[in-house]
Amino acid sequence: MRVTVRLFARLRDIAGAAEMPKDIPPGSTIRTVWTALAGEFPGMAQYERSMSSALNADYARMDAEVHEGDEIAFLPPVSGG
Amino acid sequence: MTTPLFAIGPATLALEPLVSAIASDSDGVDGAVVTFLGLVRNHNQGRRVLYLEYEAYEPLALKAFARIDDEVRARWPGMRIALHHRTGRLAIGEASVAIVTASPHRSDAFAACRYVIERVKQIVPVWKREYFDGGDIWIEGATADPDDAAARAEAERIACA
Repeated sequence: MRVTVRLFARLRDIAGAAEMPKDIPPGSTIRTVWTALAGEFPGMAQYERSMSSALNADYARMDAEVHEGDEIAFLPPVSGG
Repeated sequence: MTTPLFAIGPATLALEPLVSAIASDSDGVDGAVVTFLGLVRNHNQGRRVLYLEYEAYEPLALKAFARIDDEVRARWPGMRIALHHRTGRLAIGEASVAIVTASPHRSDAFAACRYVIERVKQIVPVWKREYFDGGDIWIEGATADPDDAAARAEAERIACA
């Protein structure tokens, strides 16, 4: 099944794209998507412990199950204000 | 056009419309309105800053604003807030964030205003890229986790100090 990955700030720079489709097996979680991404872009692994994840524009845990067409976002530590 | 109480985007920030929006929502119970503007500073950690670029995950940022609003109302019943954050390229001296709080008493309005900016820095998906004399760098602050009770307690401790 296919999901859309959204990346921000330095994670976007590392991947060279703000948005990309990702094909993953049914039953996958956000963690499945992250692992695939970190394998593809080694520079991302350093964010494993500090990043946050979101599912369809809501904060979500890494063990949340994802479905066809979902939007999964990975967020480096925030710096608003 | 009515100014929304919560917004994020590239438009220049101004306090007056926010204060008016909050005031028009009042039925006369307010005794205090507190305002806060966060500005782009010309120096950071020994670097001479030239300008900043802000990026946001806007739909999630608006949900985080709503969450902060819920938290404030739970902690200070009757408090009303307005919160705008700007995105895009900002010059030195421009405002990146505007906050207005209104309540019957000033001490609560001051505390809630401080609480809102602390929570913005903790859980709102916004990032600033600093362009300085000699390069640029993404600023990375807090790992965003709205369910982190310790972070929320810390924001409240700072606000009520």
